[in-house]
Amino acid sequence: MWSLIQVELYKIFRRPRTYIAFGAIAALIVVIQLGLKIDGDTYAAFLMKDINDTLTVDGKVLNGYLICYILLQLLLVHVPLLVALIAADMISGEANLGTLRLLFSTPFSRTQWVLAKFIAASVYTILLLIWLAFLALFVSMWVFGTDDLFLMKSNYVVLIEQNDVLWRYVGAFVFASFSLLTVTSLGFLMSSMANNSIGPIVGTMSAIVFFTILSTLNIPLFTAIKPYLFTTHMNNWKEFFDIQVNANNEAIHGSILNLPKIKNSLIVLSLHIILFVSASIIIIKKKDILS
Amino acid sequence: MSVIKVKHISKHFGSLKAVDDLSFEVQAGQVFGFLGQNGSGKSTTIRMLLSLIHPSSGNIEIFGQSIEKNRAAILEQVGAIIERPDLYPYLSAKEHLQLFAKVRKRQITATAIDETLAKVGLANRSKDKVQTFSLGMKQRLGIAIALVHNPSLIILDEPTNGLDPQGIADVRELIKKLAIEEGKTVFVSSHLLTEIEQIANQILIIHHGKKMVEGVTKELLDPQKRIVQIKTLNDAGTLQVIVAGSFSNYLLPRKEGIFLKIPTYEIPLLNESLIKAGVSLLGIETKNSLEDYFLQITSNA
Repeated sequence: MWSLIQVELYKIFRRPRTYIAFGAIAALIVVIQLGLKIDGDTYAAFLMKDINDTLTVDGKVLNGYLICYILLQLLLVHVPLLVALIAADMISGEANLGTLRLLFSTPFSRTQWVLAKFIAASVYTILLLIWLAFLALFVSMWVFGTDDLFLMKSNYVVLIEQNDVLWRYVGAFVFASFSLLTVTSLGFLMSSMANNSIGPIVGTMSAIVFFTILSTLNIPLFTAIKPYLFTTHMNNWKEFFDIQVNANNEAIHGSILNLPKIKNSLIVLSLHIILFVSASIIIIKKKDILS
Repeated sequence: MSVIKVKHISKHFGSLKAVDDLSFEVQAGQVFGFLGQNGSGKSTTIRMLLSLIHPSSGNIEIFGQSIEKNRAAILEQVGAIIERPDLYPYLSAKEHLQLFAKVRKRQITATAIDETLAKVGLANRSKDKVQTFSLGMKQRLGIAIALVHNPSLIILDEPTNGLDPQGIADVRELIKKLAIEEGKTVFVSSHLLTEIEQIANQILIIHHGKKMVEGVTKELLDPQKRIVQIKTLNDAGTLQVIVAGSFSNYLLPRKEGIFLKIPTYEIPLLNESLIKAGVSLLGIETKNSLEDYFLQITSNA
């Protein structure tokens, strides 16, 4: 099995297409960081305009931690599309190329091949996320420095001390890896049903857009199914940045406001991953390889 | 000893019957020629042998074991190329072999990889990416992938596709060498029937998914008789002469042209009688090849 994973990783990282996502993320982050470095004060003033009369904030609002939060809000919506480029091509791309029959006529079972491909695609996804974390968090910390994290929610503000922030980002990135692995497994399922590259990639992207719209619509008909949609849970990494307060309305260091919500989301996302990968295995096992 | 034993396999794709109740056996050390026109069911059969397609009915045994139940153990001893040589364009020839060597359960050394590349004539292009290869070179690399793990059974589906005459001759020699010198069993399909004729000691002709004929190549070709084509300016008149004479039993039913399967010693007599009857004879061409035999079989079906 390890040799199959090695083979799949080798193929992924020898393909020029693989590096498009890494390049795209780097370009986006650098552009945003550059913009905020040059004109960050104007942006910070815009953020604070509604509370300037009631609240005085000392220190550096636009620090590396806030920049990372802004970047994640922007990018974690779009990274799934980049993940789909590779994941949705893992099986159907080989069917299209005609190499799937070479792999499936080796002495390893189709289940082993599908699992090896999924693990390799997952490694790619995690590496993409680490790359994102490195650029968005560590480069931002280096360029903008660090201070307390000041976040404006819809009807309240959150202030997290700087020595209480880093572990939250670790948690957020771990959570994001579950979100992206769900996308990887969805891409995989689409890939197992097709013999061309484009269909599953477009299908995965369409499914994400479709379910995201369902997750955000406040129509009673959809309210009942929302808790079961993976898209409802994908953005819950933000829960790591909501903090509990004591009776004096003071932030409790190291606390998370709604930890059960995070746990529930992780369970729902994990179940989706298992469901999508299992369905892929069943489809591939029954499939006649005609390409 | 039977290396491949196929028992009554059929494969349906909806209403299309791609393979229909096909049975045959391939003995150890044989070069088994699997013949059929395009769409006759050859590739579907080969894919079933390799467990890429599930048969609708019937059983396949390879090395005495069911392919369904002992797939991994069987495929460890099988090397195959299936139809087109589809490969990874961004990898080199050597990387392909290294990659496929990894997915075998036995250890394959770097020397074995180099030797396999040399065997198919790709030693000097081993580091070039496949996207720069011609179709013939890809075909050679496909054969190398099939051979790299030193399998006992080699299944080659149209192995000479895209090769130039020298390449075809090289593959022919390679197949002979694998069977004679290395004792391997080779199952080879091709539409270049003259190639099969030169290398196979057993042939099977398939048409519309059904077995038409199977047997030892030499016996099927029958050296005592030859297929001849009579070329004249007046086919209808010539046919009348043949039917009226003693050669009518040798006539082969063909849509176009006059063909006879005739004992070799009677060819001069045929020639003499046609000239005596005043037939404007352009020539009598001997066509004693498997291709003619194949056409004869399939045109009658």
